[in-house]
Amino acid sequence: MRRTLSILLSNPLSVIGLILVGTVVFSAVFADLIAPFPSHRGAVVDFTNFNQPPHWPNIFGTDLVGRDVFSRILYAYRISLLLGVVVLAIAVPIGVTVGLAAGYLGGWAEFILMRLTDVFLSIPPLVLAMSVMGVLEPTLTNGMLAVTTMWWPWYARLVYNVTRSEAQEGYVLAAEIIGASRLHIMFREILPNCVPSIVTKMTLDLGFVILIASSLSFLGLGVQAPTPDLGSMVAEGGNYLPDSWWLTVFPSLAILIAVFGFNLLGDALRQVLGSDQ
Amino acid sequence: MNDAVADLRPVVEARNVSKIFLTGTHEVKALDSVSLTAVRGECLAIVGESGSGKTTFANMLLGIYPPSTGEFFLDGELLPARRTLPLRRSIQFVQQNPLSSLNPRRMVGASLRLALNVHEIGDRPGRKARIGALLEEVGLPADFAHRYPSALSGGQRQRVAIARALACEPEVLVLDEPTSALDVLVQARVLKLLDELRQRRNLTYVFITHDLGVVRNIADRVAVFERGRLVEQAPTETIFEQPANAYTRSLIGAIPVITDDEEALRRKVMEETSAG
Ligand SMILES: Nc1ncnc2c1ncn2[C@@H]1O[C@H](COP(=O)(O)OP(=O)(O)OP(=O)(O)O)[C@@H](O)[C@H]1O
Ligand SMILES: [Mg+2]
Repeated sequence: MRRTLSILLSNPLSVIGLILVGTVVFSAVFADLIAPFPSHRGAVVDFTNFNQPPHWPNIFGTDLVGRDVFSRILYAYRISLLLGVVVLAIAVPIGVTVGLAAGYLGGWAEFILMRLTDVFLSIPPLVLAMSVMGVLEPTLTNGMLAVTTMWWPWYARLVYNVTRSEAQEGYVLAAEIIGASRLHIMFREILPNCVPSIVTKMTLDLGFVILIASSLSFLGLGVQAPTPDLGSMVAEGGNYLPDSWWLTVFPSLAILIAVFGFNLLGDALRQVLGSDQ
Repeated sequence: MNDAVADLRPVVEARNVSKIFLTGTHEVKALDSVSLTAVRGECLAIVGESGSGKTTFANMLLGIYPPSTGEFFLDGELLPARRTLPLRRSIQFVQQNPLSSLNPRRMVGASLRLALNVHEIGDRPGRKARIGALLEEVGLPADFAHRYPSALSGGQRQRVAIARALACEPEVLVLDEPTSALDVLVQARVLKLLDELRQRRNLTYVFITHDLGVVRNIADRVAVFERGRLVEQAPTETIFEQPANAYTRSLIGAIPVITDDEEALRRKVMEETSAG
């Protein structure tokens, strides 16, 4: 752990990644303390100060009903990260279990599980999410459900590949000869060897989940008003370009920072943890 | 070597064991009607050149895959294709490559504990002490339980693998080239350890190797495989002094021998290096 950190800190790109991710996480967690106008995350209206360019104390300007854009971005980060964490918290265990079972058990389990995975992988993620959201009500819960449905197969495939090669290792044979259960071999012997690849992918994916969630709300399918969301902010602001540029530029930058940060960090972790997936 | 083999009942018996592998279109007869026994407390070496079927024999004895025809017996009882836990416990395995046979992400103690947990050996608090005792039995300090395999040398790793096999308290140990991945000095020490363990625990070894120097050091009896067939089976001395089979003779002929001149040179070099 300490070694990992010191390697990370020796590479400028990973340092930038760490700083960006740190900023995003810090903003999300401490939004209540940092935001100059915490109440602006809700349905607040202030027609004395609406659609104003950046000025003090609204450093990112105000939106069409007079809410502080900076405060809303901080709360949008909180929602995005929460969405990412919840999606991964559900998708990763499912994908990992499917991948371990298919890779280690082989035979029919492998055939059925991997065909299922392939079916999900062949559907473009946004299309799948949109169809789920089209059938169900476009609420935050359904948004998470939609994104989760399209996320687990990537973990299934990743873990399947690692498991297939780990299963050839002598330590798996040794555990079999001792008489260990299949569950033990999958989760206690093989899984620890998949962890570096999984952690790397999770870091990269936090950025992508934020991007996908933003795309969904950009299309009007994600988080609903008045809850702040980066995608919806960009979508609404787009109607008032170029005059009210601050409505679009700052939320866009916020998305960029998050996605870029998680990608840099994920790439750095991939190198440090030595996973080649 | 164990000169007084007290109990002459076979612990392990292979009866007309054959194995045919299907590779794509053609069949490979890896083992052809092999019958073999090993009695309690003896070290039976299986030798033969690469591809002669030694590993195939070991894998079937361990139940990794079943024979195509023929059967194995343990203490006179037929060994089924699906091994029960007590049967797994009785026949344990030491692999060639200790780098791969220990899980790099689990501590040595966890690898040993697995065997104790699976076979419910000792009570939970007693297992920690047992792990320490096992490590000490193979000549390692007890606190190696808290190390990862990457912090161990090749010889130390192989000692851990041996301790893990012993943790099951087996009757039979199958060793597939257990020293061939180690360098010569370490090899000799591990062989000595294996010999001591066998005598102390009255273990039966099925010891696979293609190093006849190793055979001479540790085996009571030798079985020679050639292209899947058992071509000769005899006590170690007999094999070396009067090999009956032409193939066995050629194997023995292939052992590198140090002549008297070379031996003298080797001494001189060693003295010079230790003086310098
Ligand atoms: N799983 C398998 N599928 C197909 N052929 C196999 C398989 N395992 C072994 N064989 C073949 O069976 C024969 C015997 O192989 P085996 O591994 O038992 O030899 P070995 O005596 O252990 O050789 P080595 O000294 O190189 O370890 C070889 O011709 C090998 O190619
Ligand atoms: Mg072999």
